Amino acid sequence: MDKTEAQGPKSGLAGAMEWLDKRFPATETFEYHMSKYYAPKNFNFWYYFGFLAMFVLVNQLITGIWLTMNYVPSGDGAFASVEYIMRDVEYGWLMRYLHSTGASFFFVVIYLHMYRALRYGSYRGPRELLWLIGMAIFIALMAEGFFGYLLPWGNMSYWGAQVIVSLFGAIPYIGPDLMEWIRGDFLMSETTLNRFFALHVVALPLVLCVLIFVHLVALHHVGSNNPDGIEIKKNKDENGIPKDGIPFHPYYTVHDIHAMVVFLFIFCAVVFFAPEMGGYFLEKPNFEMADPLKTPDHIAPVWYYTPFYAMLRAATFPLFGLSAKFWGFVVMIGAIVIPMALPWLDRSPVKSMRYKGSISRIMLMIFVISFFILGYLGTQAPSKAGTIAAQVCTALYFAYFILMPWYTRVEKTQPEPERVTG
Amino acid sequence: MKKLLLTLLLAMPVAAWSAGGSDWPMEDFEGDLHNLPSLQHGFKLYTNYCLGCHGLQFQRYQRTADDLGIPHDIALKNLVFTDQKIGDLMTTAMPKEESKAWFGAAPPDLTMVTRVREPHWVYNYLKTFYVDESRPLGVNNKVFTNVGMPNVLLDLQGVQRQVCTDGVCDELVVEAGTGAMNPEEFDAAIYDLTNFLYYVSEPARLERQRTGVFVLLFLIIFGSFTYLLNREYWKDIDH
Repeated sequence: MDKTEAQGPKSGLAGAMEWLDKRFPATETFEYHMSKYYAPKNFNFWYYFGFLAMFVLVNQLITGIWLTMNYVPSGDGAFASVEYIMRDVEYGWLMRYLHSTGASFFFVVIYLHMYRALRYGSYRGPRELLWLIGMAIFIALMAEGFFGYLLPWGNMSYWGAQVIVSLFGAIPYIGPDLMEWIRGDFLMSETTLNRFFALHVVALPLVLCVLIFVHLVALHHVGSNNPDGIEIKKNKDENGIPKDGIPFHPYYTVHDIHAMVVFLFIFCAVVFFAPEMGGYFLEKPNFEMADPLKTPDHIAPVWYYTPFYAMLRAATFPLFGLSAKFWGFVVMIGAIVIPMALPWLDRSPVKSMRYKGSISRIMLMIFVISFFILGYLGTQAPSKAGTIAAQVCTALYFAYFILMPWYTRVEKTQPEPERVTG
Repeated sequence: MKKLLLTLLLAMPVAAWSAGGSDWPMEDFEGDLHNLPSLQHGFKLYTNYCLGCHGLQFQRYQRTADDLGIPHDIALKNLVFTDQKIGDLMTTAMPKEESKAWFGAAPPDLTMVTRVREPHWVYNYLKTFYVDESRPLGVNNKVFTNVGMPNVLLDLQGVQRQVCTDGVCDELVVEAGTGAMNPEEFDAAIYDLTNFLYYVSEPARLERQRTGVFVLLFLIIFGSFTYLLNREYWKDIDH
């Protein structure tokens, strides 16, 4: 920097950058986060989903802005305004399908992103806080999706929200009042729609953006984990650059851009050729306007909540004088927040599944399978066999976490390598 | 553990069956949005036989006429029976409150009936009205049991009765000569009507699919460049 200044002011782009850098840390920030952020060179398939989550977020923000331009948040107008967007607004159908499909893909991407963390121990020290911030993003995202789902004011929107809000009514003493406070009315109504709209388009997007920024700041401070689960910062060259690290830009930017195109291909195939995704992305009863007097035959939340919904329904008996519904609520909340404890539950000497023992691998496999089965069961009407299956899977889901301090310590692990193995 | 998983997997179909529905053997329906004569005929049937009670309150005459290749003046003269303008929504003149008293429930809006139900449901429903003196309107339906709707297509289809053998009533027979159409013509008319409703449920469907082809082709071409770009950069990384 001193040398260039000695040569006098530069002209053109270099001069403009110099002018800017004196007033704003543009080059410094870019270097810190991109061109001199050293990421492990052995990232694999599972490392695309963080970037893809950001990409879907941008899609949701942009299409959301355009939808808001024509959406009417009122009891009489909401449903009609969505159809107005679908029919009379130029490319309104595209904005709407990009947004509705984007919601589902957001969860696909986030679930894969979280699975990556489980697979390679990305939640372990020094990344505990990074993991906790990520969990906060996940919970905020679930809330964002929930509030957004009411806005089309379809019959499933209405009854789905009604079921979830009524869960708060199961809390002893304060339940009924709390429920009324959330709805702002004695039943789901335009008042509820208005506040959900405010939360969906202003409050939660702000929360999400702030949390994602903090998530990235924390990530770039501790550095990325990798499939071997070893710290590349332990092996640095004479310039202080990790020997197994490569600059994020350009290597991972070109990597991620290609991943984005592949992702877009799958995403657009759904948007343009199967936006309803057989009733899983857009549910059939939601093409009918909300009707407080007409309950759909079978109320099910959108697929990305169904694993948790199945766990909610798995609690079928009262305990300690509290209703089954209340315990279902506790189980569901517990299932959502329990991954937060992971950094302290995992006692293994190694981070990555590559070097962990067979019990860890089997437990992770069982966890994933139970999650899928719960997801399926949550979409189905309750049945006796389904409830038993859901109870077993709920137990297995929790066993993955609760037994972790035990099985990560007793199993035989393999030694971690000194350097990353590609 | 494997045994347990197997049990769980076996339990799944049980849950899937519990959804259930009408046991009438449904005929297939394959919509064809490129068939403009069919859609135009369906549009005409709809305005003549359905729109009196069932609105298409989210769809405009203009959009429909444009999409189906009908000039505005012809559409206004032949298909708009009220003083509505071409840009108006296709609402029904049926008063909601009174119709509730007349039929027990207000006739639903049908803009998205083929998305709420399936197109083939509508197709089969319209074909399976039959005489049933025990019902207030003298008719019943095989797909929608005890439906509150009269058989408005009676003069086209003719009198249809169910035939029972050994207490099983799984056959419908039309009395020859009682309808303005023969069974083939009637089937074709119902196909057109259902096809029209299939169009109305999502008028942008064809445009969506057409755009989609170009988008996917573009992504394949763009993707080959991003692939090569990525390969070029990663040449110098030993991994």
